[in-house]
Amino acid sequence: MKNDKKYLFDNPNNVKRLLHILYACCALLVVLDLVIHRHTMHEWEKLWFFYPVYGFIGCVVLVIVATWMRTFLMRSEEYYDNPTNTDVDNGSLKNDTLNKKGEHHVDD
Amino acid sequence: MWMIETPPFVPFFIGALILSFTRGMLRSAIMVAIPIVSAMHLMMVPEGIHLQFTFLEYQLTPYRVDKLSIMFGYVFHIAALIGIIYSLHLRDTMQQVSAMLYAGSALGAVFAGDLLTLFVFWELLAFTSVFLIWARRTQRSYDAGMRYLIIQVLSGVILLAGTLFYAHENNTLAFGYIGLDSVAGWLILIAFGIKCAFPIAHNWLTDAYPEATVTGTVFLSAFTTKVAVYALARAFPGAEILVYIGAAMTCFPIFFAVIENDLRRVLAYSLINQVGFMVVGIGIGTALAINGAVSHAFNDVIFKGLLFMSMGAVLQMTGRINGSDLGGLYKSMPKTTILCIVGAASISAFPLFSGFVSKSMVMSAALEEGYDWIWLMLLFASAGVFHHAGIKIPYFAFFAHDSGLKANDPPNNMLLAMAIAATLCIAIGIYPQALYSLLPYDTGYNPYDATHVLAQTQLLFFSALAFVWLNLKGLYPPELRSTNLDFDWIYRRAMPNVLQQLFSVIWQVDRSLRDALKLKLNLYLSYLSGKNDRLSILLSRDYPSGSMAMWVAVVLATYLFLSFIQ
Repeated sequence: MKNDKKYLFDNPNNVKRLLHILYACCALLVVLDLVIHRHTMHEWEKLWFFYPVYGFIGCVVLVIVATWMRTFLMRSEEYYDNPTNTDVDNGSLKNDTLNKKGEHHVDD
Repeated sequence: MWMIETPPFVPFFIGALILSFTRGMLRSAIMVAIPIVSAMHLMMVPEGIHLQFTFLEYQLTPYRVDKLSIMFGYVFHIAALIGIIYSLHLRDTMQQVSAMLYAGSALGAVFAGDLLTLFVFWELLAFTSVFLIWARRTQRSYDAGMRYLIIQVLSGVILLAGTLFYAHENNTLAFGYIGLDSVAGWLILIAFGIKCAFPIAHNWLTDAYPEATVTGTVFLSAFTTKVAVYALARAFPGAEILVYIGAAMTCFPIFFAVIENDLRRVLAYSLINQVGFMVVGIGIGTALAINGAVSHAFNDVIFKGLLFMSMGAVLQMTGRINGSDLGGLYKSMPKTTILCIVGAASISAFPLFSGFVSKSMVMSAALEEGYDWIWLMLLFASAGVFHHAGIKIPYFAFFAHDSGLKANDPPNNMLLAMAIAATLCIAIGIYPQALYSLLPYDTGYNPYDATHVLAQTQLLFFSALAFVWLNLKGLYPPELRSTNLDFDWIYRRAMPNVLQQLFSVIWQVDRSLRDALKLKLNLYLSYLSGKNDRLSILLSRDYPSGSMAMWVAVVLATYLFLSFIQ
């Protein structure tokens, strides 16, 4: 099926529009923070823009830490399928095991 | 009246039996009818103990209805109905029967009034649900199911041990508040904790759920962990350790979820994150917190089910589930896209969606009780869950780059099941009083005050802004085909490797010991034979064994001869 129909986000302008709506909402929420009187239960909450800043920084930290975690947690997709698979592994444990393979004697 | 005495698991078990003999439309009709009839029956049942008998001097209570259990009873009926509608197109007796038995076991567990009955259903949950994983009929799913079964059964065995200790100490099996004052309490907590996916005991979930069938995962996501949440809420409300365990559960899975490629595994991680909120609520233990935990469990069953259903639809229609393979599906699966976004908004706790009205109770309770740092962790987890479940799931499946996959919206029954779940998500979000009226405590909580709504909306919108910013900057980790190591590496890789090395060392030591011993023996032998050689050559080592036989014959003959002389 050849699909020539233009969809909503095939047009980059629509993506831009969506992003602008998001920016506008964010700006509005920041302004509301100053306008609405909030019943805070905690002193941190009293800080101006506590929630927006916390949300933004929290997510950035989350993504950066998660990306960093990839450096030592990521293996190939078939990692567990093959018990001798070492691929990108630089840990010495598995290489040692590989070298030891075939050395043990079941019977003498 | 005998009708009242029929526990809700009975219709499900009988239904499962009938399913194995019926086919086609009749089977579908029976499958849909059972949860509906059973739910209507449950609505008429008053609170109290409806079935009780004595077994080996212990009072067993297989059917007890109270505010806490009936809440889970209702949501399990809803989950069963939605799951059944979602799987109506299947022609797989094994899956349909085991799903029915599984739902029945979950109901049996939440209405169990004593620990022995709980144990029986606890194990049944494991044995009936594993078929939903094996039904995928691949080697991978078989292995994952095996690991799942081993861990689940282990949890049951620990529960049984705890039960025996408990019965010995208290001389009763009644399942009520247990607390952590005794060995029994800790054993039971560990058993519940394993099923609840506590940190480091959580990998059965992220391992097995994504390997289950499209429809099986929907059932799996609803029952096992929520039964454990129910059991914790019953036995350990206010146990402070749960606050910290729960907070850890909300935070660590989101890191894994961000880098995970299999979108159903992302959902499995976010399931742990959501259960974390419930565990925190139970740990805080105030009326508001318990209400929050229970209502969040209620909502989670529905919105997590919806998300698993939408990802199941993607898997069913495209045959792929990795974020790296998907994208642009909003064009060909528009209905699924919208339904998935409703689920994503609910789990992210957007105002007017169901997650908001329950999660905010736990957060408020944490603040009220002075758990400031826990509250900050929960807030971080709220932003994080929006990030990975609210944005990542819909974005990588339905938007992002166009993968060029051509698919259609799934069959009508699947769409209907998703639509029911989505309707409930929105209905509870708009009119939370309906849900609150079912809750164990009356706290008069109102989630929709300006402060809460503004705070949550700010948090979410700026999380979205962070996503956009990271994406535009190219900092967002791309979806990569990969396996990410988690704690299961310990028992899937490290332990086998260590054991292998250990055995190889043992074998080597064993060989050298034996060699040394043999050498010694040989030395002694040659020393003795050398000595003997010097005395006489008759029994020499170098002599053939024939000479030995001859000498024996000579000796015997001499004896014979001597006996004749006498």
